[in-house]
Amino acid sequence: MSIVDISAKIPNNVNLADDRRLQRALEGWQPKFVRWWEELGPVAFKRSPVFLRTAIDVGRDGWAHFDHVEMPEYRWGIFLAEPEPDRKIAFGDHKGDDAWQEIPGEYRADLQRLIVVQGDTEPASVEQQRQLCLTAPSLYDLRNLFQVNVEEGRHLWAMVYLLHRYFGRAGRDEADEMLERHSGDADNPRILGAFNEDTPDWLSFFMFTYFTDRDGKYQLASLRESGFDPLSRTCDFMLKEEAHHMFVGATGVGRVVQRTLELMNEHDSDDVHPHGGLNLDLIQRYLNFHCSVSLDLFGAETSTNAANYFAAGLKGRFGEERRDDDHVLRDASRLVPEATEAGIGTREVTQLAALNETLREDYTEDCQKGLDRWNRTIAEAGVDFALRLPHIGFNRNVGTFRDHHVSPDGRLIDEAQWHAGAADWLPSDDDKAHVTSLQVSVTEPGKMAGWVAPPATGINRKPLEFDYVRL
Amino acid sequence: MGHTVSDLAISFETSPPQYRHWDLEIDGARATLTMNVDPTAGLRDDYELKTNSYDLGVDIELYDATQRLRFEHPEVKVVVVTGGLERIFCAGANIQMLAGASHEHKVNFCKFTNETRNCIEDATANSSQVWIAAVNGTAAGGGYELALACDEILLVDDRASSVSLPEIPLLAVLPGTGGLTRVVEKRRVRRDLADAFATRTEGIRGRQAVEWGLVDETAPLSSFSELVEGRVAARAAESDRPDHGPGLGLDPIERTDEGDTIGYSAVTVSIDRRTGTATFTIAAPDSPQPATPGELIEAGAGAWILRCARELDAAILHLRFNETAVGTWVFRTEGDPDAVAAAEQLLADHRDHWLVREIRLYWARTLKRLDLSARSLMTLIEPGSCFAGILAELVLAADRSFMLDGTWEDLDDPPEPATIRLTGANLGWFAMSNGLSRLETRFWGRPAALAAAQAAVGADLEAPDAAGAELVTFTPDDLDWDDEVRLALEERNSFSPDALTAMEANYRFVGPETPETKIFSRLSAWQNWIFQRPNAVGPNGALQRFGSGSRPDFDTRRV
Repeated sequence: MSIVDISAKIPNNVNLADDRRLQRALEGWQPKFVRWWEELGPVAFKRSPVFLRTAIDVGRDGWAHFDHVEMPEYRWGIFLAEPEPDRKIAFGDHKGDDAWQEIPGEYRADLQRLIVVQGDTEPASVEQQRQLCLTAPSLYDLRNLFQVNVEEGRHLWAMVYLLHRYFGRAGRDEADEMLERHSGDADNPRILGAFNEDTPDWLSFFMFTYFTDRDGKYQLASLRESGFDPLSRTCDFMLKEEAHHMFVGATGVGRVVQRTLELMNEHDSDDVHPHGGLNLDLIQRYLNFHCSVSLDLFGAETSTNAANYFAAGLKGRFGEERRDDDHVLRDASRLVPEATEAGIGTREVTQLAALNETLREDYTEDCQKGLDRWNRTIAEAGVDFALRLPHIGFNRNVGTFRDHHVSPDGRLIDEAQWHAGAADWLPSDDDKAHVTSLQVSVTEPGKMAGWVAPPATGINRKPLEFDYVRL
Repeated sequence: MGHTVSDLAISFETSPPQYRHWDLEIDGARATLTMNVDPTAGLRDDYELKTNSYDLGVDIELYDATQRLRFEHPEVKVVVVTGGLERIFCAGANIQMLAGASHEHKVNFCKFTNETRNCIEDATANSSQVWIAAVNGTAAGGGYELALACDEILLVDDRASSVSLPEIPLLAVLPGTGGLTRVVEKRRVRRDLADAFATRTEGIRGRQAVEWGLVDETAPLSSFSELVEGRVAARAAESDRPDHGPGLGLDPIERTDEGDTIGYSAVTVSIDRRTGTATFTIAAPDSPQPATPGELIEAGAGAWILRCARELDAAILHLRFNETAVGTWVFRTEGDPDAVAAAEQLLADHRDHWLVREIRLYWARTLKRLDLSARSLMTLIEPGSCFAGILAELVLAADRSFMLDGTWEDLDDPPEPATIRLTGANLGWFAMSNGLSRLETRFWGRPAALAAAQAAVGADLEAPDAAGAELVTFTPDDLDWDDEVRLALEERNSFSPDALTAMEANYRFVGPETPETKIFSRLSAWQNWIFQRPNAVGPNGALQRFGSGSRPDFDTRRV
C-alpha cells in the first residue's frame, strides 16, 4: 500500500495524512499486519462479507458504523478519544501536573513495557480464537466472533500507533515483534501465559470474553488514567469497543444457561447431556477455570512495578478520579490475602504496594454482576442451583496462593484433597469431550445450535434471521 | 562558617599581575615561580591560608602560570618552583578549607589540582620546559606532591626541612594529588619505605630522603642556590626550546553571559536546566587561518585553533565547578569541515615548531579534561556540522553519539547530509590518560575494526558509513531525530549521577593503566570514598577534629 493509500484507507483522527513519521512506520508495518491476519487470523470465511461495526470517527455516530465487509478489507483505524482541555495528572507523585503530550524520557522504558504488554494480548486472542469460526453455533455468533477479532486487531493498531508515534526506532521494533510472537508458539510465545492457551470451543470463547476480556477492560481503564495523555485517550476509545466483547461473553454464557434450563424443563432432568445440552455443574467448572486464570493476569498481591507505575503517574486505578482519597497512597494501608501453612489470612501493606489486589477486587466485583443475572434466570426457572465465583485462591499460579491448594469455597486443602476434588472443580476430559461433541457449524440464518438459546435481539436492530455473514 | 565555595561562581581567569599567591620571575632560560600565599586571600572567609597552604584559588594561579610559561615564554627552558616563606616550601592543601568544603567541591578541587600537576609533568616531558622543585623548607602533603610533579626535587639540608605525606596519620585522608602514586610509580620508592614515609608525620630529612629516593639531591643552605643553578644550567642545555621569543600572549578570554547561555567566540554553551543539559556549540573558523608558524604568532591568541581550545577549556572548568547539577554535556558543531581541516593543517605541517607543539599539547590536555569531567558526554552530528579532525575527537570522546541519517526533509532547501571526517589528528595527536588515542581506545583489542576506521581517514563519512566504521552510536533519520535525542537526554537525567559517573569512568578508560589512570581512578576513587566516610568527615572524624586538641574517634571496623 502506498502512502497515499494508507492515508485514505486508514480512518483516523491523528492527522495521519500529514504525519510523515507515522506514514513511514505504517508503510512498513501495515503489510506485515495484513500478512499476519491472513496467516493467523480466522481460518475460514476469509472472503465472506461480514456485518461489521467499523469505527470511522470518535463522535457519537462515527464509532459504530455498520456494513457488510470482507475482513481483510476491514478499515482498521486509529482513534483517540477527544482531548480533555488542560488535563492534569490525577494521581501519584506528579499529581496536579499537566498531562504529558510526549513521553517523558524518565519513563520511556516503563511506558513502552506497559504498552507492549497490553498490545501483545490483542493479536494473541485473535490467534487463540482462529479455529472457532468452523463451529459457530449461528451466523449471529459467527459475526460476533469476527467483530471481536477485528476489534482486537484494531486495538493492536491502537497500541502500535503509540509505539510508532512516540517511541522512535525502538517502538517500531516492538511493533514488529507483536506480529512475530504467536500464541502458543513454544519458541516465541505471547508475553502473558493466559494468552498462550487455546480457545478450543464456544463455551470457552464465551467464558474468555466474559472473564479474560474483562481483565482487558480493567487494564485499559487503569491505563486510561495515565498521565501520558495519548495513551489515556487511546484506551478511552478502546474501552467503547471492549464493551461489546463483554456483551458477547455475558450474553453468550447467559444463553447457554437459558438453553440448559429449557432442556432441564423439557426433559425433567438435571442431566441434559444426553439431550445435547450443557449441565449447570459443567458450566460452573468452565467458569471456575476461566475466572481463576484471569485472576492471575492481575499479578501478585503486592507489586513494586505496579507501585512504581502508579507513583510515576503511568497507570492509575480503576475510576481513579472518582475515588475519595489522596491519590498518592503513600501513607494509607490495606489488607491483602496471605496464604500460609496455617491458613488463609491477611497482611497489611501500603495501598501503593497493593494496587494489583485493589484492581483484582474491582474486577471480581464486576464479574459477580453477570453471575447475579444468570442466577436470576436459574431461579426464575425454579431450579435450585447458583453459579458462584470460585474463591480468589482457587487454582491460582500467581501470588500468595501459587504454592497452596484452595478449594472453590475457600478452604486450604492438601495435595490429596486437591486431586480428589479437581474433577468436580475444573473441566474434566469428559467435560471437554462433551463440549467438543456439541460444536457444530450452523450457517442457516436465524438457526441456532442445540446447546445455546437464541439471543434476545439481533445486531443493530436487525432481525435474528439477518444474514450477518454472507456465505 | 562562611558561605561554601559552591555558592560562588569561581573564575579561572587571571594573569601574573593579578596573582595573590605566586611571584613569577623570568631570567633568560630560567623562570622562578615562588609560592608566597596571601593568608587573607582564600576563596572563602572561614580559613586563613597560613604557612603556604593552598586552596583552589592558589592552584588557579598556578595553572595560569603553567600556561603562560609555555605560550608566552618560549625561551624559558627550566621552571624552578620554590617557597617564599622562611623555612617553608608549602604546607599542602588547607585543612580548614577541606573540612568546610562540600563533597563535590573537594572532589573537583582535587581533580583540578591533579590536572595542574599533570600539566607540569606534560611541560617537562613534551615541551622541553623542565620543572625543578627547589624545596627550600618543609614540604608537607600537597607541598611534597607539588614537588613530586617536578622532574627533579632538590631539598635544602638544614637539619629541619623535611618532605612528608602526613595525611594518613594526621587527617585520615590520602595524599590524593598524585602523592601515593608518584612516590612508587615515578620516584620508584620501595613500597615498604613508602609505607613508612606516608605514615610518619614528621617526614624524612636530608640524606635519608635522598637514600629513600624521595628527593634527588640535597645541599646545605649555603650552597643550595648553587645546586639549583647548576641543575638549571644542565637541564636548560638539554632543552630544544628556542632561545628567544616572541611568545604568544594569552589575552583574556572574552565571555558574555545572557541568561543561561554563555557565549565565547568559537564556543557557545546553552544550559537547559529542565534536562540538566549543557549544549556546547563549536563554530568552525569563518575566515582564513594561519598556515605557518609566523602567521600563527602574528594572529596570536585570536587564531581559531588556539582560541577554540582555550574557550573549551574555560567552559569545561566553569561548568565543572559552577554548574554541578548540569550532568549531561552535549556537543554540536557548526560550519565548514574544510575550514576546520585547513586550520588544523598547520599542526600537521609544522609539528616541530615550539608553538605548534604547544597548541597540540594544549588540545590534548583539554580533551583529557573533558574525559575526566564526570559528566555524561553526548555528541549530535547534524547537517551543517563540522566534525572533522580535532572536532571529530569530540565524537570519539562522547559516551554516545547521534548522527542524522539523511537530511532535514521538511526544509524547503534541505541541507547536505552531515559528515564526519577523521584526519591524522585522530590517529595519535591526543592521547587519553591511558596513553592511547581515542580511536585506539574505542577499538581496544579489535585491530581489524581499528584498521578499518584508520582506513577511513580523509573521507567524508555520511551516517551509514560512519555507523559502518563504528564511529557513531545511533543514526536516526529526521523523523525520529527529535524524539530519540530528547528521550536519551531526559532518560539520562533521570538516572543517578553517581552511578552514571562511575559507569562512564569504567567504560571510557579501557586498556592499559598509566600513572595518570591510577591517579584518576585508583587514588581519586579511594580518596572520594574516604571523603564520604565518618572517619574523615564525620563530626568526630579527623578533618573536623584536626587542630581542636581532641583525637578523632575512629570506627575501627575495616571495610
